[in-house]
Amino acid sequence: MDFGLSEEQRLLHESLVRYLEAEVPVSRVREIAARDDGHDPALWSKLAEMGVLGVLVPEAAGGSGLGLLDAAVAATALGRCVAPAAFLGTAVMAVIALREAGSDAQRSEWMSRIAAGEVRIAVAATELFARRAGTGFHAESGKLSGRSILVLDACADAILCPTPDGRIALVASDAPGLGVEPVETIDRTRRFAEIVAENVAPTEWLGGGEARPGALRRMIDAGRVIVAADALGASERALEKAVAYARERVQFGRPIGSFQAVKHLCAEMAAELEPARSLVWYAAHAFDAIPAEASLVAAHAKAHLCEIGTFIVRTATEVHGGIGFTDAHDLHLWFKRVGADRQMLGSPDAAREDAARQQGWV
Amino acid sequence: MDLSYSPRHEAFRAEVRDFLERHRAEALTALLGVDAGTARERALAWQRLLIEHGYAARTIPKEYGGHGAAPDLLERVILDEEFNRAGVSRGIGGQGPDMLVPTLLEHGNEEQKRSYIAPTIRGEIIWCQGYSEPGAGSDLAAVQTRAVEDGDDFVVNGQKIWTTTAHLAHMMFGLIRTEPEASKHAGLSYLLIPMQTPGIEVRPLGTMTGHSEFNEVFFTDVRVPKRNVVGRRGEGWKIANTTLKHERNLLASSALLEGSLLRLIDLLERTETESGRAIDRPGIRDRLLRLQARVLAMRCHSLRMLTCGIKGEWPGTAGLVTKLAGCEISHQIAGLAIDALAETGILYGEGAKAQAARTWQAHYMFSLGLIIGGGTAQIQKNIIAERGLGLPREPRA
Repeated sequence: MDFGLSEEQRLLHESLVRYLEAEVPVSRVREIAARDDGHDPALWSKLAEMGVLGVLVPEAAGGSGLGLLDAAVAATALGRCVAPAAFLGTAVMAVIALREAGSDAQRSEWMSRIAAGEVRIAVAATELFARRAGTGFHAESGKLSGRSILVLDACADAILCPTPDGRIALVASDAPGLGVEPVETIDRTRRFAEIVAENVAPTEWLGGGEARPGALRRMIDAGRVIVAADALGASERALEKAVAYARERVQFGRPIGSFQAVKHLCAEMAAELEPARSLVWYAAHAFDAIPAEASLVAAHAKAHLCEIGTFIVRTATEVHGGIGFTDAHDLHLWFKRVGADRQMLGSPDAAREDAARQQGWV
Repeated sequence: MDLSYSPRHEAFRAEVRDFLERHRAEALTALLGVDAGTARERALAWQRLLIEHGYAARTIPKEYGGHGAAPDLLERVILDEEFNRAGVSRGIGGQGPDMLVPTLLEHGNEEQKRSYIAPTIRGEIIWCQGYSEPGAGSDLAAVQTRAVEDGDDFVVNGQKIWTTTAHLAHMMFGLIRTEPEASKHAGLSYLLIPMQTPGIEVRPLGTMTGHSEFNEVFFTDVRVPKRNVVGRRGEGWKIANTTLKHERNLLASSALLEGSLLRLIDLLERTETESGRAIDRPGIRDRLLRLQARVLAMRCHSLRMLTCGIKGEWPGTAGLVTKLAGCEISHQIAGLAIDALAETGILYGEGAKAQAARTWQAHYMFSLGLIIGGGTAQIQKNIIAERGLGLPREPRA
């Protein structure tokens, strides 16, 4: 019995945070976020070199062959540092989709390119959670048509496009018939787009285009755990910033953190954060080790972390007072990171409704 | 992350299961309070059997009547799990075995350990805790009950409140002011007081639940031998804090939360009105799912804290949040059950029709008592913020 992170996992977190704080500080994050593509080749290569992009890729394909808990540890570090990196789509959701649905040839080719940092993959999965009129994809004679209004980790080389019945297409971003329109969101550290496909020939149909709803489910479960881990990292840093500010900011002749009105806000944030951290670790572990619980726990982790994350980033902003509301102070980057995490891959109420369905309550 | 058990622990689990199977006939199913009443003889016999097999008082040294096993947190978890699964009582617990005994082992002298530990773990001596006073609640170190030296005795005068089981107890462990000249925290001693001593009066304290879960205890010229001080005179504050640490972990166990949640789910799936089952109402269902996530998080958290305990690692802030988070969840579980019962949620009479509402209303009220007792939520927040996050203390008035 050992519930917690291994020495290797702690080291992975430490070294990733150390690198990000030194080489991609917030000033650099702001520069990258201001670019059209929001992408930093140096950061991306470093993530490949550190084994972060290939964390879930089998060793045979040049990856580290590790589990989702290792990926969650990396995601916590990235969220903590509001890193502008398309980790979720490329290194997690695409890898799981390939692992679960790809042919041998597809797996070895695409996974090795992912681990090497040679390719970025976006995910057009929004319609799986919230169908709107005129959206979603369908396949006809091997061609893909349809629309997705919020593609995750856009500005990529290719886009994973699942159909509602569980077929997964991998479409090149510059494929004829595909229109990609960048979408501006609150969170400039990640990229989103709207895409329209008209009779597009995908680069690949994973596994020959057979319907694989189970594979899709695994991809979503993994994505949800990673979004929860990202929100965990971002919330943890927002709390630390609030505590540091409460210790140094003096009003009425005292550090504001000595007033119970302020210190209790900090305690409430910590009391929400720590059990939630345990939940993220468990959800990531369950994905690989406890298949019967994995989907339910992933839905709960996603919903819960985004609820408490939202509470923490807004409360941390309140502790900062007026300065936290300014653009010059960086805190809003964390506020917006969690704000985006909250809506991705099923907003908290949608994830809870999913949890209800899994238990036969709906 | 490895949630499996070693072969040694699996063997221990098998041994416990076998024991529970063989002793099904005499096993007690009800949760055992010290007020087991006519069942008391059976309870004491069950307790003796558990100690003999090392399933109670497992790590208490043999010379003090325990089983003398080396501390092993996983064995304790296995015992909890297997006894829970079988629906069998873990034996006699409460303030004596769970709070006083660890405190005596850490701070008591040899004579005190020999006199009290064995009969306490066997359930023969029932204890109550004399800490809080009308003027010393959150500010516990402000206790005014005083003991004045007179020969070989102290003479105690004053009043304690919130004293669970005082009406049944043979002994009290209390926090008493023995050094009036010393500063507030340095003037207290940890005193063991026989409850039969003349001058002690116990009055039941009615609470909002309609029951009397607590008492008030009045002391008028109560003579207590000086040798009944645990540790040194003036060390009472430090020693009492050892006991409180044990209490806070008792008040918010994740196994209790999981049990409450399962009963809540059962209620929501069964409670039907013309508009369907309670769980079919979206608002009710959403609250249930939020609580389910929180209970799951607390279960994971307790495994994480358990691991810290096994490895001897200090868990930091994470180790300070259990009471605050757990008691609140417990209160909310009961609140949701009452809402699911709709208008009939207010029933509080005797009889089968009112049973569900009565149980959940009592849970709802009593869990609010637990949010306040054992260090209020606000005191817990001070502890988290000051000891965990390193925020400055409030300047003293």
